[in-house]
Order: sequence, then C-alpha cells, then structure tokens
Amino acid sequence: MTAAERPILPKLVGERIKRREDPRLITGHATYVDDLKLPGLLHLAFKRSDSAHGVIKNIDTSAAEQMPGVELVMTGKQLAEILGPMPIGTPFPSPDHYAIATDRVRYVGEPVAVVVAADRYLARDAADAIEVDIEELPAVVDPEKAMQGEPAAVHEGFENNLAVPYVPGGTGVDPATMEVDNSALDKAFAEADVNISQRMTNQRLAPNAMEPRGVVAHWEPGKEQITIWSGTQNPHILKTMIAAQLGVGQHQVRAIAPEVGGGFGCKINIYGEEYTAAAISRKLGAPVKWIEDRSEAFMATTHGRDILAYVDLAAKRDGTVTALKLRLIADVGAYNMLLTAAVPTLTMLMLNGTYDIPVVRAELTEVFTNKTPTDAYRGAGRPEATYFVERAFDMLAHELGMDPADVRRKNFIKKDAFPYTTQMGAIYDSGDYETALDRALQNAGWEQLKQERDQARAEGRIVGLGLAYYVEVCGLGPSASLPTGGWEHAGVTIERDGRITATTGSSPHGQGNETTFAQMLAEQFGVAFDDVTILHGDTGVVKQGIGTFGSRSQAVGGTVLMNAGEKVKKKMAKFAAAMLDANEDDLVFENGMISVKGSPGSGKTFAEVASFAYVPVPLPPGVEPGLSDEAFWEPENNTYPFGCHIVMMEIDRETGEPRLTKVVAVDDAGTIINPMIVDGQIHGGLAQGIGQAMIEEVVYDEDGQLVTGSFMDYAIPRADDLPWFEMDNTVTTTPVNPMGAKGVGEAGTLGSTPAVVNAAVDALSPFGVKHVDMMLRPEKLWRLMQGGGA
Amino acid sequence: MIPTEFDYKRATSLDEAIQLLSSSSEAKLLAGGHSLIPLMKLRLSEPETLVDIGRIPDIKGIREREGKIGIGAGTTHHEVETSDLLREKAPVVADCAGEIGDPQVRNRGTLGGSLAHADPAADYPAVMLAIDAEFHIKGGNGWRTVKASDFFQDMFTVDLADDEIIVNAMFDPIQSASYAKLHQRASHYAIIGVAAALGVENGLIQWARLGLTGAIGYAVRMPNVEEALIGKQPEQDTIDAAAGIAGDGLEDINSDLHASAEYRRAMIKVFTRRALEGAVARL
Repeated sequence: MTAAERPILPKLVGERIKRREDPRLITGHATYVDDLKLPGLLHLAFKRSDSAHGVIKNIDTSAAEQMPGVELVMTGKQLAEILGPMPIGTPFPSPDHYAIATDRVRYVGEPVAVVVAADRYLARDAADAIEVDIEELPAVVDPEKAMQGEPAAVHEGFENNLAVPYVPGGTGVDPATMEVDNSALDKAFAEADVNISQRMTNQRLAPNAMEPRGVVAHWEPGKEQITIWSGTQNPHILKTMIAAQLGVGQHQVRAIAPEVGGGFGCKINIYGEEYTAAAISRKLGAPVKWIEDRSEAFMATTHGRDILAYVDLAAKRDGTVTALKLRLIADVGAYNMLLTAAVPTLTMLMLNGTYDIPVVRAELTEVFTNKTPTDAYRGAGRPEATYFVERAFDMLAHELGMDPADVRRKNFIKKDAFPYTTQMGAIYDSGDYETALDRALQNAGWEQLKQERDQARAEGRIVGLGLAYYVEVCGLGPSASLPTGGWEHAGVTIERDGRITATTGSSPHGQGNETTFAQMLAEQFGVAFDDVTILHGDTGVVKQGIGTFGSRSQAVGGTVLMNAGEKVKKKMAKFAAAMLDANEDDLVFENGMISVKGSPGSGKTFAEVASFAYVPVPLPPGVEPGLSDEAFWEPENNTYPFGCHIVMMEIDRETGEPRLTKVVAVDDAGTIINPMIVDGQIHGGLAQGIGQAMIEEVVYDEDGQLVTGSFMDYAIPRADDLPWFEMDNTVTTTPVNPMGAKGVGEAGTLGSTPAVVNAAVDALSPFGVKHVDMMLRPEKLWRLMQGGGA
Repeated sequence: MIPTEFDYKRATSLDEAIQLLSSSSEAKLLAGGHSLIPLMKLRLSEPETLVDIGRIPDIKGIREREGKIGIGAGTTHHEVETSDLLREKAPVVADCAGEIGDPQVRNRGTLGGSLAHADPAADYPAVMLAIDAEFHIKGGNGWRTVKASDFFQDMFTVDLADDEIIVNAMFDPIQSASYAKLHQRASHYAIIGVAAALGVENGLIQWARLGLTGAIGYAVRMPNVEEALIGKQPEQDTIDAAAGIAGDGLEDINSDLHASAEYRRAMIKVFTRRALEGAVARL
C-alpha cells in the first residue's frame, strides 16, 4: 500500500468515541470476580453481628463444624492468631481493628466468625448455624450525644468517643503549632451587617456499586506466592497491604482487579474480608472465594458522608461575605478504615468554595459511633464542603433579597487572581468562575425561569429555583498529600507487529480509560485507535501504580502515559531515521506512517519500523533493540475543576412530593479527551448528587439497628426520578499538567446536591422556610407546608 | 440469592401443581417470584419445595367471556399494563399494573402472586376491591369462588388454603374507575393507594366502591366514603365531601420510616379525592 492509498486517520483527542469497554460489559462477556473458577475453590461466608454494640460472651461453632462440606470455621480470636489488626492510611491514633471481631462487636454487620465450605450455599448454611452469645451494651448512635457527658464508649481509650478530638484550620490557625488566634474572626463577625447561622447535616449514604465486593485468594504453597483477585479501585495498594498483613514480601503477592462494577470510593479501602481470604488461603493452601451479597453491602461496605456543621457566615449588606466559620462534627462509625479520618479534612480544605472570603475558619471533630465505618464516597469530603458553603450563600441571598447568582458573582475569586491560595491553604490552579456562571444562567434561561417561578407561585403552586457553584480538589496529588504516594505509573510497548500495548496504574472501574487512554496514545503516535490496547488492574502486568480515586486518572495517569509514550516515540524515531537515512528530528508520525517531514510518500509503516526495532540489522549505533519504556510522574499540585448547577423543582402542595423539572449543568474539567465519556461521568454524578438530596439516606434506629438495609427502604436514583439533563462545558486548562486536564469523575455530585436543596428551600420560602435538611422526604416537606416544622 | 436448600418442581398443568402442593407441607408456589424470592433471600421463607407454575398455560392471559373479563393469575403486570382489552374495557386495572414497582418487577411479577402474598402496600388489592372482582381458586377439593372483599383478611393473610391456587380474577367491564397512588420511592410500593369505582345513572351516583391499600395491615373498602357518595351528583363538591371523611375511624394506621400514621391519614383523603376525580373523569 502506498502512502496515497492509506486512509487519513481521524483526529481522536476531543472526539466522541464510543467506549470500547461497553460491548463486553453489556453482552455478559466481562469477567468479574465472581466469574472466576479455580480447581478446588472453597467458599467463605461470614457470620455477622446482629447487635450494634456488645461483648462477645461465647461463640458456639460446633454445629457448623459438623455440617457436611465445611472445611474450617474460625472465630475472630482464632483468626487473630494469624492476622494482626488492620492498617489504616491516616496518621490519627486509632483503635485496633481486627478483620473479625475478637471480643466486642461495634456495629450491625461486623463479622464475628468465618466459615470455609465446599460451596457458597453450604458456607452460608453453616454460618447460620453458628450460635453467638452477645451481652448487649448501649448503642452509641447520635454523634453529638456521643461526645458529651458520660456516653457509652465505643472504644476504650477514646474519651467521649472522640476519634479525632479537635482539628482547627484556616484563618488565625498556625498550621505548625495548631495555635488559634480568633481576633480576625471575632472582628469580622462583630462588624458584619448580616449574620447567617444554621446547623446543617450531610447525611449518611450507602455507596451501592452495582457489583458488590468480592475476593478470590489463591496461595500456592509450592511457589509461596499469593494471587488475589478483588473488586478494588487500587490493586497496587491491595498488593502492598496484603503483603504487609501476611508478613510476606511484595514479590510474593500479585493483585488483580478484574472487571470492577463500580466503586464510588467504597472500593478504595482494603477490607477485612480481603485479608481474611488471603490468610485462610495460606492456612489451607487452597484457593478461596468470598462474594458479598447486597444485604452485606448495605451494612459491611463503608458508608459515605455523615457530617454535620454549625455554619456561621458574616456579610455586608451589599452581599460581600466577610467571614465563614464551620464547626464540623463527623460521625465516622465504629472504626477507622483506610481513609476514614482523612475524608472530613477534605471538607475543611475546600471551605473557601469559589469565593474570595478573607476569613475562613473550620474546627473539626470526628466521633466514633456504633455504625458501619465511613470512608470515601464519590466526592469524598468536597460535596460536603460545597453543600455547607452553597447553602450558606443561598441563605444570605434570601436574607438580603438578592439574586443567588449575584451573591456568588460578587464574591467570586477573579479570573486573574490564580493561582489563588485560600484561607484553608489550598492553592487553586486556575479558574474562570464568571464565564461558567454566565453560561449556566444563559443555558437555563435564568431570568425567564424566575418569571415562570413567580407566575407559578401566583397560581398557588410550590415552585423553586436552585443554583449552586462548586470547586473541587482533584488530580490527587503530590506525594505529600497521599500516604500511598501521589504519582502514577505507565508503560508503553510497541509490539513487533506495530500494535501498541500500554499499561496504566490507574485501574478504571467504569471511567472508560481503556478508551480515552487509547485515544491519546493513538494520536500521539499517529496510528489507528484500534491499534492501541490499554492494560490495567493486574500487578503482574502493570509494574507499579496507585489507583483510581479523587478524579485523578486523566490528570495524573493520563500525563504519565503521555510521558512514557514520548520516551518510546523518541526511540522509535531513531530506528526510523536509520531506515530512512534521515535525521530523527525531521520525522513525522501520522496516518500509521513514519516519514520525513514534507515527503509523506517516503516513509515506512509503523509495523515496518517496529519489526526492524526487534530485528535491527544493523543495529543503529547507540540504540538498544526493542521498543518499550515506562515512566513515573507526579503533579506539583492538585487540580481544581469547577462548575455551576441549576435546578428547578415543583413540590406537590398536598403530598410534599418534590419533582425536578429542570437540571442544567455547566462543568469545567479543563481539557476534555472524550466529551461523550465526560458527559457520562457528569450524568452519573448528577444522578448521585440528586439522589442524596432527594431520596437516599441511611437510617439507624436508637438501638443502632440499620433500618435501611435493602433497596426496599433505601432508594437509589432511577431514570424516572430524574428529568433530562442539559449539560455543557467551559474549558479552563490547568497549568499543573501538560494536557491541561483537571478531572471529572466526581464533579456531578458537588453542585447538584445543594442546588436541589436550594430549590426546595426557595420553593418553600413562602412558608417561612429558611433551611431543610436532606433527604427531602415528602412527609418532611408536607409538614413544613403545614407550618409544623420538619 | 443464597437461600436454604429446596426442591424445585415444575408443574405442567394446574392439577399437577395442586398435587405437588399437597404432597409437601412446606411447599410454596413460584410464579414471578417477586414476593417469594426476596423472602427466601433473607431466609425469612425457607420452603422445602418450590412448585413452579410459571409455564402453565391455563393460568395466563386476559380474556373476555360472556360479558366478563378474566385475568389469569399467572399474567405479568406488564401484560396487564399493556393489554388492549383492559385499556378498552377496564382501564383502571391496566393503570394500576403500570404503577407497580419498576419495569423489572412488572416483567416478572404476576397478578396471582401479588394477590396471594397480600403485602399491606400492594397495589392490586385496592383495585380488585373497587371493581368487585372475584377470584376463582382451585385446590384439592375442587373449585371455589371468593369475592375480593372476603379474600383479604389480614397482613399477608388471605382466604387461600395451603393446597389452593388462584387461577384467575373475574370482573365486569368498567370505565368509571381510577387508581391514585403515593409511591414509596425505594420499593415503589404504595404509601397510600386508593382505587375508586363509580356507577352513575340519571345523573346520580348509584353505587361506589373504594379500595384502600397501604394504610393498615391489608387492603380494605371505605364504606363511609361510599355511603357519602351514593345518591349524589358526581361533582367536585360531592367528591371533596366524601374524600374529607376518608380514613376516618380507621385504626392501626401504618407508621414507618417513609410515612408516619398522621401523614398517611392525611394522604388517604388526598388520594381518595384524586381517585374519585379520576373515576368521574371517565364517566
């Protein structure tokens, strides 16, 4: 084929290319953990606590042990002989947490014993046959009561259940000494024309990934190596932690995340079930599998959010915000997991919002309760910050009778002020908040919507408009900000046939990186999209990595992939230069050819050059054979994407049922590789953010029993809960990475939640309502309209 | 689902199903499975034998015969929802089916399963009461017929012996009937559901039947509302007055995470009015 006959390859980066992952995912050809079958595979089932809090007096496993097909039954005490307490990733003091409870249970669903049996059904039958005698203790349920007076203690040695007693931050706080100077704060509030003061909650949520957790562990006695397959967001962290817990070298552990059906943050943590599976596989010398069922997922997978705030805002009458103060109390549940204690610190970090507020102070306390532990959930701390700030700004707008958009615009950090260091210590990389606000107002038809709302109100209908603005910390992050290290790794190999195989430590579980990363590499090398394959999720294949969380894959994983690609491309140019008798700096890579600039007909095909690189006769001087290289890279700073979400809501006057009639989102994630995938990420984020505002809430009763233990009582958003989403983007690139990409995986959850509540409060304002806590239960709204309070 | 061990038997005929049902004291019928399987998943139900009646042709389908409409107990909610015959002859039944659960539930769940299970918040019972349906039931002792108003007895309790199977529901065609429902957003069961059916002649309401679900342990008629309607003109004032006493005197109103008893009481009136308005609109 001559160059003239070869097709001109289309542009790839920035194009709406369909996800290559989808055909296998939607036709049942994907391999999840539960699809794995190994010879001699045994199955685990956990006996879990029905009590929220109690002392384990006795566990009778005799009946279970005698059941046919049962290989082994272990209590927490027995397991503790071969498995120490679980490690966490935060520096705060933390109580010992064993994979299976040894002496006390501290939440409903905490494992108390494990059964190993020939199949999953037998294992469950045997787990049901275990008799557990628990002496009940009072359950600690309300975090504010838990930290005052003489409450029951969830853990010995943690007075008043304080997991993190007190962390101050912001204006007047010396970060080195934690000394607090209140003079600026006091002055701002004393001089304010308007003070807003409100207690707000950001309720507990269940992540509910479509695929529950699962693990297969296979210790091979002959090799003294373990392979562990897990539905995890970060196989390399899993490998590190499993090696540490088993007391083996990292060379003895291979961790594989096969297809992972969603994570939303709850699959960052390495769980007791994973450690237990690994330890038991080694003990028995046999492969074992554990698959979580949905009931377990509700009570044994980490929950998200659950933080309350006493918010105080000081402002001038013209809408200028002069100070913001938040007293934050996080209910972290029964134990510290991998990032539990760190999530609320991200709430603190982002309390400046998108605003140039001169005085911002936060004080954080984290409290243990007898509930499922919390950890990251889509947004992880930042949606909570956005919610508190955006509710407070909306309350100010209502108080002053100002347009909510105007209050925000008045206080925005201006476009030319970046990089901007906030009072909380974040350094915002770039931003153009007014442009995205204007776009959102224009797309929504804001002025007309206000008229429609007023018209509807005049007709006696209950209609409200809500606007919220967010900024998020993404692209995590320099190593100083992550205990795992804040870099990412990539490898790029040109195969002998000219196809490109790349590896990435960003292990996607729904983000579409097999597609976006292939778009980038194909464009970098000037080859066809179909000629690039992205491998991920297997520490035996991907040498190093951190993982996928904090909207970091594109900004960090994408950058390092380009860097690895550039190294290989330079080397490939040397081979091509030798073949073409040209200078390597004069070559162009395009349309599957490497040619001398200006004479495309003279070139060699990609496959010809690749083939030569592996059989280089003669070997060009100073060049090693082969085409493969790798790179590590970490950013100097996080990225700070932003956006504006607007919703319109109508509430049924008679029933209190809220219904969204309009959702408009303008998001700025910096450079976009694949707009279709970005739309999908925003779409899902909006749904989850709206879900939190309207229909999702984990509820415990006063005895610490989980009331919302199934989809019968815990709703997740369905298509008919949501209106059409009108989505748009502005593009403000980041200087933090060469692509200018900021990240988008969590963004949708940030603005939508406060926008929905702002709309509800706006709708209910004729009834004198100034605030309502989530979720927006119809009965709650109905009571507000009856004048009875929520 | 990880249930306890059970035997599975697929019946090919009604009589075989009855025989299988009689042969074990702990046998349960499996049709769409949308009530039974969630209970088995939680091990709240541990049947020894499942008798699958999902492929018995005699209990499926929607037919009109001798002026009556019959729906086979094995007919799915989706088939009811989309039935042209029902849309034409008894639209309230199709409307009700379309309000059940979500598409997955409607594609599997069956009329008979819903009636036999008698969840306190199920939709069908309210409508069956309002259209005065009768259920044809077959068991070891042969056939019998039970009126809907006698069938629902208490929470998860109906007039059905262990060896009996609901074969179909029969009712007269009806236009002037409507179902109004407040959805529980997680399960999409009814927090309150009201079905209203009206007979009007010479400009006056001759008879009225109102079925209420979600309010107490089982679906009930609302005789006080019915009496308030009879003999009146089908106008807004009549509806408002009748709906205004809906639920009055009803005791043991359900109260849960999703709705307090007080809220449910208020919603009985709201949804009674809406159901009556819907029925009048079809006169």
